[in-house]
Amino acid sequence: MTLTHSPAGSAARRRRGAARQSRAGTAFVAAYVLLLIAFGILPTGYAVYFAFTDAGGTFTGFANFIDTAQDFRFMDAVGHVALYLLFWLVSLVVFVVALALLLHRLASGAVSKSLRFLFYIPGALAGAASVLVWLFMLDPAVSPVSSLLGMLGFHTFGEVIAPGNLPLLFTIIAFWTGAGGWIVVIHGALDNIPRDVMEAARIDGAGAWQTAWRVQIPMLRKWIVYMVILAFAGGAQLFVEPQLLSLASVGVAGRDYSLNQLTYDFAFQMNNVNGAAAVSVELLVVSVSAAAVFVARSRFFDAD
Amino acid sequence: MPTETPAGPAAAPPRTEREPNAMSRAHHQARQRRRPRAPRRLVPRLLTGSVLLVFTVFFVLPVLWLVLAATKTDQQLVHGSPLSFGSWHAFRTNWDRLTAFQDNAVLQWLGNSTSYALISLVITLCVAVPAGYALAMTEFRGRHTLLVSTLVVMLMPTATLVVPLFLEINAVHLIGTMWSIILPYSFYPFGVYLTYIYFSTAVPRDLLAAARMDGCSEFGVFRHIALPLATPVIALVGFFSFVANWTNYFLPYVMLPESDQMPVQVGVGSLLSNVPSFNPAVGTLAIERPQLALATLLAITPVLIVFLFAQRFLVSGMLAGATKE
Repeated sequence: MTLTHSPAGSAARRRRGAARQSRAGTAFVAAYVLLLIAFGILPTGYAVYFAFTDAGGTFTGFANFIDTAQDFRFMDAVGHVALYLLFWLVSLVVFVVALALLLHRLASGAVSKSLRFLFYIPGALAGAASVLVWLFMLDPAVSPVSSLLGMLGFHTFGEVIAPGNLPLLFTIIAFWTGAGGWIVVIHGALDNIPRDVMEAARIDGAGAWQTAWRVQIPMLRKWIVYMVILAFAGGAQLFVEPQLLSLASVGVAGRDYSLNQLTYDFAFQMNNVNGAAAVSVELLVVSVSAAAVFVARSRFFDAD
Repeated sequence: MPTETPAGPAAAPPRTEREPNAMSRAHHQARQRRRPRAPRRLVPRLLTGSVLLVFTVFFVLPVLWLVLAATKTDQQLVHGSPLSFGSWHAFRTNWDRLTAFQDNAVLQWLGNSTSYALISLVITLCVAVPAGYALAMTEFRGRHTLLVSTLVVMLMPTATLVVPLFLEINAVHLIGTMWSIILPYSFYPFGVYLTYIYFSTAVPRDLLAAARMDGCSEFGVFRHIALPLATPVIALVGFFSFVANWTNYFLPYVMLPESDQMPVQVGVGSLLSNVPSFNPAVGTLAIERPQLALATLLAITPVLIVFLFAQRFLVSGMLAGATKE
């Protein structure tokens, strides 16, 4: 605060002002706090409660967690999601950073800008639309790249969506919709690197490769970590891709594929709400800890 | 737009990919002078060009294909060239057959999506903008805790809470009503954070202090000073909230199982089980692939339009989502 002169009366006035401000601040956030409690904290508490009780509301310790973990589909689902996450995160880091660096080096700002916008457009198809589009892309009967699919040895839709291919296919879909946004972010971060730093690198005789590797990528690190954390938390929630795929293949592929599909199945097909809550709590713990560690350690966000 | 590659060849950055560091600059420059530069620059340029080309095709081709597919018959889709225009007649037929499905179901889904997304948008703005303002510009008890919890919840994917939310909404008997998704949508911590960042960086505190000195009430300060300055961030929060709500699948899938309440994302997904080429069990009332493509196109059009108009502030906004500067 820059109120420098403080005659005797103004201190009291300032205190009154602070009290008034505090009341007003509380009033301004009241509606938001209400929603935060109702749709952030309460459901979390609800899930925890259900996860540790049985249908009758009796405390059961970790029984629900053990039961669901012993479900024959559980470990498979963990494996699927883990493999998908591995592909998804690696492709995201490698290609997004590489493409952002390439676009940033382009001599023509207009070309770079238009390409970033083109890459970003599939973001409009997030969710079900992207899966539908890719079902077409992956069906050799109608795909515009059916010759490419043929060269890779795929001649029918069934061959393309063989279980072994799914982590890769989901990665492609996720990358197609999500990468453009991250390229915009990383490119923006590159713009924020001070000019004198880049200048110094050039005077020291660093080429494009060395500048990228020794100067730009280290300075992008926190952004890359941010991207990985968000992509990790989001990827662990895989649902719509396998769910729609299972509709398109009459349940042959993609049913009970991911952990979120299992929670859905427990809750709505098997009437085991407590089991569903247990798996939800596990997913919650994963994403909250990823978020909390990031907020606490990275100093990325200004939470003063 | 800062361009890193200067125009004049004299100022061009020396390329040292294959040169060891120890090599002296003078020596290096001497070598560069002796050799013609063009061939050495050509290879990386071609490489850059082809990488960008491949990715442009990857990102654009499916969208282009989708737009064209809506103008074809199923026959043309299978046998015609993938990137050809079908005919207006086929487009018309696709439209008629698609809207005939369950008696205008697609239009109803679009209407549902519109009202869900817009009502949530309005509530989100009314809630998030004052909250972000208060977090940035006022002091009150619990402010820091609220800020940190906002950050943590913001980084949590929305799908995490779907099943718990179902249990909660079920307990208050709101399943199957539009509030079962509008209220959870309205809780939008990312919007609060964006507003917080905006006010703490773009609006000087002194300005508000001056208004207070002039006897403005706290609400008056917000209403007459802060709000008029907040237009950019209101547009930004609106954009992200609209896109997030429109494209959400899991929550409405769980909360609104009846066809006449589905938003278009879920509706189009449910069409999939009526397409014989994906699901041979369905009978004669089937939807063909071009109609499915048209439905998908309809489902994304509002977001595409918003994208085109939002282009201007989109980049700055996505950056603001993650930085203070």
